[in-house]
Amino acid sequence: MSFLNYLINGLSLGSVYAIIALGYTMVYGIAKMLNFAHGDIIMVGSYIVYSAMSMAGMHPAIAILIAMVGCMVLGVVTERVAYRPLRGASSSLAVLITAIGVSYLLQNIALLVFGADTKAFTSVINWKGITLFDGELQIRGTTIITIAVGLLVLFGLQAFIHRTKSGQAMLAVAQDRGAATLCGIDVNKTIAITFAIGSSLAAVAGVLFCSTYPTITPYIGSMPGIKAFVAAVFGGIGSIPGAMIGGLTLGVIEILSRTYISSQLSEAIVFAILIVVLLVKPTGLLGKRVMEKV
Amino acid sequence: MLNTIRRKYGFYIVIVLFWLLMTLLKSAGALSSHFASLLVPMTYYAIAAVALNLCVGILGELSIGHAGFMCIGAFSGAIFSLLTKEALPGALRFFLAFLVGIALAALFGFLIGIPVLRLKGDYLAIVTLAFGEIIKNILQAVYFGVDSKGVHLALDMTDFTLEPDGLTLIKGPQGVSGTPRDSSFTVGIIVLLLALVLVHHLMDSRDGRAIMAIRDNRIAAEATGIHVTRYKMLAFTLSAAIAGAAGVLFSHNVTTMTNITNYFNYNASIMLLVYVVLGGIGNINGSVVAAMILYLLPEMMRGLQRYRMLIYAIVLILMMLFNWSPALVEKRRKAVAWLKNKLPGRGKGVA
Repeated sequence: MSFLNYLINGLSLGSVYAIIALGYTMVYGIAKMLNFAHGDIIMVGSYIVYSAMSMAGMHPAIAILIAMVGCMVLGVVTERVAYRPLRGASSSLAVLITAIGVSYLLQNIALLVFGADTKAFTSVINWKGITLFDGELQIRGTTIITIAVGLLVLFGLQAFIHRTKSGQAMLAVAQDRGAATLCGIDVNKTIAITFAIGSSLAAVAGVLFCSTYPTITPYIGSMPGIKAFVAAVFGGIGSIPGAMIGGLTLGVIEILSRTYISSQLSEAIVFAILIVVLLVKPTGLLGKRVMEKV
Repeated sequence: MLNTIRRKYGFYIVIVLFWLLMTLLKSAGALSSHFASLLVPMTYYAIAAVALNLCVGILGELSIGHAGFMCIGAFSGAIFSLLTKEALPGALRFFLAFLVGIALAALFGFLIGIPVLRLKGDYLAIVTLAFGEIIKNILQAVYFGVDSKGVHLALDMTDFTLEPDGLTLIKGPQGVSGTPRDSSFTVGIIVLLLALVLVHHLMDSRDGRAIMAIRDNRIAAEATGIHVTRYKMLAFTLSAAIAGAAGVLFSHNVTTMTNITNYFNYNASIMLLVYVVLGGIGNINGSVVAAMILYLLPEMMRGLQRYRMLIYAIVLILMMLFNWSPALVEKRRKAVAWLKNKLPGRGKGVA
């Protein structure tokens, strides 16, 4: 029974990774860049919710809404100011390094505004959860809601991409930017929308992450960020169901290996599994194989 | 040809002059103790940047795990020095520690290279990141020591007991301590020069040309009969070995390696990548200059305290935009051409 408990905790952590990974994978698929600052958007989102709730005493729902809008604006602005000018640069490393610069910048702004000390985050979810099998299986409310939000985001995003015009534009830009431009798609606008969605999802992920692990520091974003990145690659970067599967798998592996193998080595195990998957399937679980042209 | 020779040897002379200047200033007492303590780190970060540039710029494969190779060099070199602290005289011991660190880093580079180099582009980058994190994670978790009964290795402190004559080498998260402080600015500069000579020589050799041919067009290179895997492995292993040398300098400078996460995680690898990109991808000398300046920059801004990393971040973003943005590059080119036309005596320049 405890195994089932760990499994559910793993799915909950995995849902958070999956939501972050969705942002990574969308940006990578459409803008073809590794956005290393994505993890720090999570941190910004958490701080916004923290300030709105603890300092301004707002209702959690309003706080989350503000965080989502705030992160959306932040994502779009960084894209406009720091990433867009580098589109078409002679090396793709240029925008990668700029993203690292943005990551440092966000961390240090947070450090100046909120200080280096750890802040206690009050969970936005007050529901105690459910008890099954005469108390043998206890599932926390946070866990259930995290998993539910994860699924909601996945289906919402799938519907958005396949049913709306902007979503179709995203697919077109991801497939062939030049051809998309010829079809009259505004590439800059499409990429901006991608950043907006990815960043507001990061805010949601931040709130869920901090509800499970209730502390905030200016650096909390980097580790879940890098793990979500791993999850995105694991599932096949650029693929939305892939990001979801990758995130959930990663969360479950992490919790189970932390419990049953070694708590210190859980990260090493996660990365080792990633390596094995990539060696067997070099484009990730659901990634598309790109044929090489001579 | 003459130009490249002048550029290459000119840079060696600049480094020697820099060494001379710093040594003179130091012996004259003109350097603050803080600045003097930065000299050795400057050399090992420059060496690590040269190593990474060999991988990113010459071989053309993005690695975000080079701090891991540095970590291996640092640990193996430090462990060797701890084991032979009494048995060998200082200089010989340090020299052998270098060989051990370089050899182990090269071995890991070779072993990791086998799977990694099968992948392409960003997938390759993420796997190097994964390997770097695994190395750091394992070295942070193990307890390792020797005593009269042999070698002991454990993952938990409670499983780790040594005989009274035992010597603890790696103490879990507390890492390695008691490494002799053998690194000096002079040694650092010598190793840096050796690394530069090695990489420059490689670039001018047949092997180096083959490696760069693979970078520029793998399929064309393959078609001309270049053994792609072999040359990729050569460059990657060599790059890991040089990073290992930087690691040996590191561990013999800090002497106590606790909390290695801060030194050898992916952020450290990314910092090396920043040095390489700002110094110029494929420009080996540029990496040295960029590493030294960018290492000093935040350290010299200590007076600004809380704002220094903020300023560093903004400078980094602005420099990237200025150097790489296609629109700005075009504007800069036009401005230079306009200036050339306006300046007297050079009026016939073509815009």
